[in-house]
Amino acid sequence: MAELLGFPPQVLFGQLLIGLINGSFYALLSLGLAIIFGLLNIINFAHGAQYMLGAFVAWLGLNFLGVNYWVSLLLAPLVVAAIGIALEKTMLRRLYKEDHLYGLLLTFGLALIIEGSFIHFFGVSGQPYSVPQALTGGNNLGFMFLPTYRAWIIVASLIICFGTWYMIERTKLGSYLRAGTENPQLLQAFGINVPLLITLTYGYGVALAAFAGVLAAPIYSVSPVMGSNLLIVVFAVVVIGGMGSIMGAIVTGLLMGLIEGLTKVFYPEASTTVIFLVMIIVLLVRPAGLFGKEA
Amino acid sequence: MKMIKKLMCSAVVSAMAAAGAAQAKGISDDEVRIGYLADMSGTYSALAGPGGLEAAKMAIEDFGGKVNGKKITIVSADDQNKPDIGANKVRQWIDVDNVDMVAGMVSSAVTIAVNKVVEAKDKISIVSGSASSAITNQYCTANSVHYVYDTYALAHGTGEAVVKEGGDSWFFLTADYAFGHAMEGDVTTVVKESGGKVVGGVRHPLSTNDFSSFILQAQASGAKIVGLANAGADTTNALKTAKEFGVVDAGQKLAGLLIFLTDVYSLGLETTQGLQLTTGFYWDRTDETRAWAKRYEERTGAKPTMVQAGVYSSVNHYLNAVKAAGTDETSAVMAQMKKTPINDFFATNGQIREDGRMIHDMYLAEVKKPSESKSDWDLYKILRTIPADKAFRPLSESKCKLVAGN
Repeated sequence: MAELLGFPPQVLFGQLLIGLINGSFYALLSLGLAIIFGLLNIINFAHGAQYMLGAFVAWLGLNFLGVNYWVSLLLAPLVVAAIGIALEKTMLRRLYKEDHLYGLLLTFGLALIIEGSFIHFFGVSGQPYSVPQALTGGNNLGFMFLPTYRAWIIVASLIICFGTWYMIERTKLGSYLRAGTENPQLLQAFGINVPLLITLTYGYGVALAAFAGVLAAPIYSVSPVMGSNLLIVVFAVVVIGGMGSIMGAIVTGLLMGLIEGLTKVFYPEASTTVIFLVMIIVLLVRPAGLFGKEA
Repeated sequence: MKMIKKLMCSAVVSAMAAAGAAQAKGISDDEVRIGYLADMSGTYSALAGPGGLEAAKMAIEDFGGKVNGKKITIVSADDQNKPDIGANKVRQWIDVDNVDMVAGMVSSAVTIAVNKVVEAKDKISIVSGSASSAITNQYCTANSVHYVYDTYALAHGTGEAVVKEGGDSWFFLTADYAFGHAMEGDVTTVVKESGGKVVGGVRHPLSTNDFSSFILQAQASGAKIVGLANAGADTTNALKTAKEFGVVDAGQKLAGLLIFLTDVYSLGLETTQGLQLTTGFYWDRTDETRAWAKRYEERTGAKPTMVQAGVYSSVNHYLNAVKAAGTDETSAVMAQMKKTPINDFFATNGQIREDGRMIHDMYLAEVKKPSESKSDWDLYKILRTIPADKAFRPLSESKCKLVAGN
């Protein structure tokens, strides 16, 4: 059997596929962050908490209201987006003209409050959420056993990611959004309701986080700290991709998943740090990020 | 008459002597203070945390809130699994708040740091949560007791049983820090002694979110047994991923080396069924354990883990020793605790050895199938009892400075 870099190809392919699956989560989450930063200039530190909220809404729905996974996949992002919109209307809105730091502090504080109250009511040990019946089982691909649910994660997140990219970069609505960030006064002069546009954008970014949360619920335990574990990595992904770049966030998310996957084969001890290493190198070589526009 | 006078005199004299002795020793500053230290909100808070504090309070209430007429009080703190925070807190407790005994204690690293403080200040600690067998081996002190379980007991209990049933080739998923390394080392020894071999392993960072890559490597190794030398959220995540990738369906078996009742409850039986594990306590074992667990559940909403049950038992044993010794002075209480066997719902004929290890029967358990479980917390069946003298590291192998001959 030929070997690649000292490992049988089966092992390597398996790891690459796994990397792609994890990358899908990074892409989905960093996309939401990138949209919010790109259009609102807010560094949304509550993103991890909103991701966790998505998973919890799904869990609560299943256990107390009998709402199944598929409905939750639609419903949870809407519920969490509504909470997000309320936050935007009452608090975030006041900070657009201030320094980035204020938005960061506010959202970070909110994240701590949300997580803290969930820890108080649900504990940290995590609640089980089973994989929906239609997506149980898996296929043997020859080089690895691929659970159906993991395949679904790739498909679902790629559709959402590229759909979002298309909407922002290729449609009329998207052009309003982009115009709104460039010159809100001018856009308003054309009769477009810019504040509403911004509110909805924040809601959409938050909904993306909640969607990722529902996707994650069956494979990771639904726990109040699930978001804070992931958030730092996702921020690194956004920085590597270039703050505010939509395509950059998606591609970098997938790429970092792959790099992390390979690290897990060659030197597993470094698998949690490799992304930050990449971040340092990218910042040294291209301070605006891989896809960012040089200032 | 003369006789009676003489008797009266001696009675008075001895009564005065007894009073004098009690005054010299007695209860320091008229209160017995217990400090409960644990991870109260993080990864390990479900297995000990607030539940353990409630167990300690129950022990004090059951004792009547007073020992020898002196009030018993309890304080608690969150060590956040950080040795420096834990050690500083305990130093403050002892110096400022006059705490006499520290209970709970989860992360092994915190425990080793705290025990050094407790030894230097000559107070007492009773460790219920930590795993590392080093606590009563190279790090043993005359001031500390390790109460519930340790890595040696887990490795021997689960490791031996698994190899005996034909699981003779192992692949380890090991948490990359002191506890994981110790666990892997202890199990490796057991596996080799029992005629098995270790074909490989991965050391993963603490608090790994995604185990799919490591599970894939475990599958590729072809080992019969995948040993989980990790704890808390890492173990539950690894088990979940193993289930998803069909590890058990493909013919490999999992051996969880440190599994708590709350882990199994959180994962559900569908994922954990058939898993073998070693535990120091299971609530549904005898009438006594059931009765206590019921009272505990009424207060906390959950059944107790072995750690939480151990906290109750250890606080109770401590208070009994204070009562019998008539003082909370360290050496007298330690001597009293070591010479009194522990007989309660938690342990039968438990005995604290000179190295501080409390030896008691351990249990090899198997997680039930969903069809066998009759209620939410009906999770284990006990396969066999591992007798106290077999469960823990024999003194002849001890490196502890307190053991004769060392």
